[in-house]
Amino acid sequence: MEIVMAFVCGFLFMSAIYLILSRSLLRIIIGTGLLSHGAHLLILTMGGFGGENPPVLADGVTEYVDPLPQALILTAIVISFGVTAFFLVLAYRSYHELKTDDMTLMKGSEEID
Amino acid sequence: MLLQVVCLFIPLIAAIFMPFLFKKIRNIHTGWFVLFVPLFLAIYYATFVPSISKGETAVVQFDWIPSLGISFVSYIDGLSLLFSLLISGIGALVVLYSIFYLNRKKEQLHNFYIYLLIFMSAMLGVVQSDNMITLYLFWELTSISSFLLIGYWYNRDKSRFGALKSMMITVAGGMMMLGGFVLLSLMGGTFSIRSIIEQAPLFATNDTFVIALVLILLGAFTKSAQFPFYIWLPDAMEAPTPVSAYLHSATMVKAGIYLVARFTPVFALSEVWIWLVAGIGLLTLFWGSFFAVKQTDLKGILAFSTVSQLGLIMSLLGVGAIAYHVNDAADTVFKYASFAAIFHLINHATFKGSLFMIAGIVDHETGTRDIRKLGGLMSIMPVSFTVALIGSFSMAGLPPFNGFLSKEMFLTAMLSVTEFDLFNFSTWAPLFPIIAWVASVFTFVYSFYFVFKTFTGKLQENELPTKPHEAPIGMLISPVILASLVVTIFFIPNLVTDTFVKPAVMAIQPFLYSSPEDVHIHVSAWHGFSPELWMTLGIIVVGLLLFVTLSKWQKYYNTLPEQFTLNRLYDFTVNELLGSWMTRFSGLYMTGSIRNYLGYMFTAIPIIVIATLFIKNAFVVSFEGASPIHLYQIILIFVLVIGTITTVYARSRITSIIALGAVGYTVSLFFVIFNAPDLALTQLVIETISVALFLLAFYHLPKFQKVEERTRFKFGRVFISVGVGVMVTLVALSAHSQKLVTSIAEYYKETVYSLAGGGNIVNVILVDYRGFDTLFEIAVLAIAGIAIYGMIKLRMSRKEKNHESK
Repeated sequence: MEIVMAFVCGFLFMSAIYLILSRSLLRIIIGTGLLSHGAHLLILTMGGFGGENPPVLADGVTEYVDPLPQALILTAIVISFGVTAFFLVLAYRSYHELKTDDMTLMKGSEEID
Repeated sequence: MLLQVVCLFIPLIAAIFMPFLFKKIRNIHTGWFVLFVPLFLAIYYATFVPSISKGETAVVQFDWIPSLGISFVSYIDGLSLLFSLLISGIGALVVLYSIFYLNRKKEQLHNFYIYLLIFMSAMLGVVQSDNMITLYLFWELTSISSFLLIGYWYNRDKSRFGALKSMMITVAGGMMMLGGFVLLSLMGGTFSIRSIIEQAPLFATNDTFVIALVLILLGAFTKSAQFPFYIWLPDAMEAPTPVSAYLHSATMVKAGIYLVARFTPVFALSEVWIWLVAGIGLLTLFWGSFFAVKQTDLKGILAFSTVSQLGLIMSLLGVGAIAYHVNDAADTVFKYASFAAIFHLINHATFKGSLFMIAGIVDHETGTRDIRKLGGLMSIMPVSFTVALIGSFSMAGLPPFNGFLSKEMFLTAMLSVTEFDLFNFSTWAPLFPIIAWVASVFTFVYSFYFVFKTFTGKLQENELPTKPHEAPIGMLISPVILASLVVTIFFIPNLVTDTFVKPAVMAIQPFLYSSPEDVHIHVSAWHGFSPELWMTLGIIVVGLLLFVTLSKWQKYYNTLPEQFTLNRLYDFTVNELLGSWMTRFSGLYMTGSIRNYLGYMFTAIPIIVIATLFIKNAFVVSFEGASPIHLYQIILIFVLVIGTITTVYARSRITSIIALGAVGYTVSLFFVIFNAPDLALTQLVIETISVALFLLAFYHLPKFQKVEERTRFKFGRVFISVGVGVMVTLVALSAHSQKLVTSIAEYYKETVYSLAGGGNIVNVILVDYRGFDTLFEIAVLAIAGIAIYGMIKLRMSRKEKNHESK
């Protein structure tokens, strides 16, 4: 299963980068969303899917799945959420101020070094 | 005797007080206060003369960074003392001259004297430092203070151009020199020049020896305005004339001469050194004298003449190095070369200093330095004329002036080269006296050109900006003193050579002489009907002939195309190559478009990672330890892929937002099947909020534009993203297939209840084992919240915005 998931993660990354290279600001943010999904799944995959049970102590169970990647992903989810929310508002504000969401039009002016 | 080191810094310390003296005491010219500094130094260094002329040395060390072996060492031997006396002595005369040259009310005097004093300190440091690092430090300080002095009238374009040009060239050379010093110190294991010289014979076989040699020579050549680096010197003539007289004739340009003389014992064993120093010196000598006649600006003539005379001294030092290669060098003719170099250095400082001052006086009293407008000043400015005549005749090498003596010795040295048969010298040596003779003829011509075109002929009163008259007496003191030295040295040459030149020659050739008396050279004005005398007579005859016919052939200089001059090359390098070409080159990739930059990154990362993966043979796929695949997993993967493709290809915003939500929920289902309940919960909640946020933004953000990408870029996008995807897959496969260590999770599983008192291992890790992560993750959320609040609430008022946009 891990082998298959490696391909799935690669696919997610590929789609994310494709979106990030686009012109529309909203597409870029969607791309970062896909990128974080890909990264989270990658961490989980690399931890391995072995272990029959969730990492919650229960009677008579000895085989738990690795809890450490899950803790890392939980932290990562929250952080990526914070960043995504910030970016969205930033996109909203910049559209408000600049009247465009086209990345090709958002260039620094030539005069400013 | 720490005073010897402190003396290096006395001008720097004095510089601190100059602004106060200038601002508080307005009635007295600030220069009078400055005058005490070089006077004191000159007297102090004069006290060294008796002991040094016996061949002794004086060393005082003051540790600066002892752990790195860097210290201020004031090492005074014959060479250092000669330079120190030139610096302080001519410094005093120049300060005196500047008091009358610069107007107390119109000029920013404190700036001028601060720069000049910094320069004086730096120059003393250069000639007395025994430590190569501090030598470099002072060397660059001369470049900087010279930059400031050339650009003293900073509101003139030409001053700034000249200052920048000299800075660029000399600092570039200085950096090279530093590289040479570092190589030398690596070879010798010390920064001390004295111990380098002691070990010098061992270096000749070292691989880096020639590199160090060339680098140090580059430093010396740039500073001493040798070919092809002389181009900064004519442009440095925009400086006030006292600066030109001091820096660009007597002191700074001789720093390179000093460096070559000082390092001769280290490098003289190398054939490259002799050829480079002598060859470039001769080339510079000829080039400078040839083009001096072309100049129409008085200071321009003197600048080219300085270049030429520096080339003369340099070539003598190169020929002097031959003495290291012949037996019984102390008794052969080659010993004359180093002697003549030092002797001419003294003579040049005296006559060139006085000539610059005269050029300044002419400029000051007539308002122009253009030789085409000048003429007939002889009867109006008799004193200046006399001084100029003495200086020029000495420069041309005529008796009874000191230039005659050193020019004779120069010819002797150049003739002696023909007797040397090592290093292919037998083939090329006859060129040496020929070039030297031709250059001397041109020297004769421009010396006469300088003095007679200015002071004789017809007075063109209506061409001159101001009515000409003789300079004030104070302005004439310094040139008169220098001119009288020019004559005095002719009549008592052996007193001067015994006191100053022989100890200096001993410093250049320490292996040959054990005391100054060993240098058996007696200078005499009349030495029989030798070849040198006939050469001098030839110079005078041909020179006079050329001078008389000057107007006929002077115009042919202009047939030399302007495009091929070295100044063009410099302008091309600075403006075109470094300026616009580099700007255009960075403009090629610094497009300002973030998509391009992301493209560079996402291209570079996969290339580097995948290349490393295969170069290091790290790519392995192993199915061992992989968990089994279930049908429902395949279905979920199918859903995920469909969702992702929809996100990418959606034409409307709402579709792609909803598809992203679908992907997020599928991911949370993955968390469910992979036994991660906390993750699934969090992912569900967060995905819901995210989608809500996206939908909120949906109302405010514009519709996707239906702009078709150019196919080339679209292909690039696909290519880059496929590259990243492949990289991630390959790395994931290899990493999974070769697990090097087992997980530390066992510890958590065993101790989660006994130590932490909890059952949910993930939660206990988050708040107990690794609680700090959680703390700062909370901080991230808080910061994001505050930032969002700030972005929405804080607006610049219209007024501020207008101000900003200006």
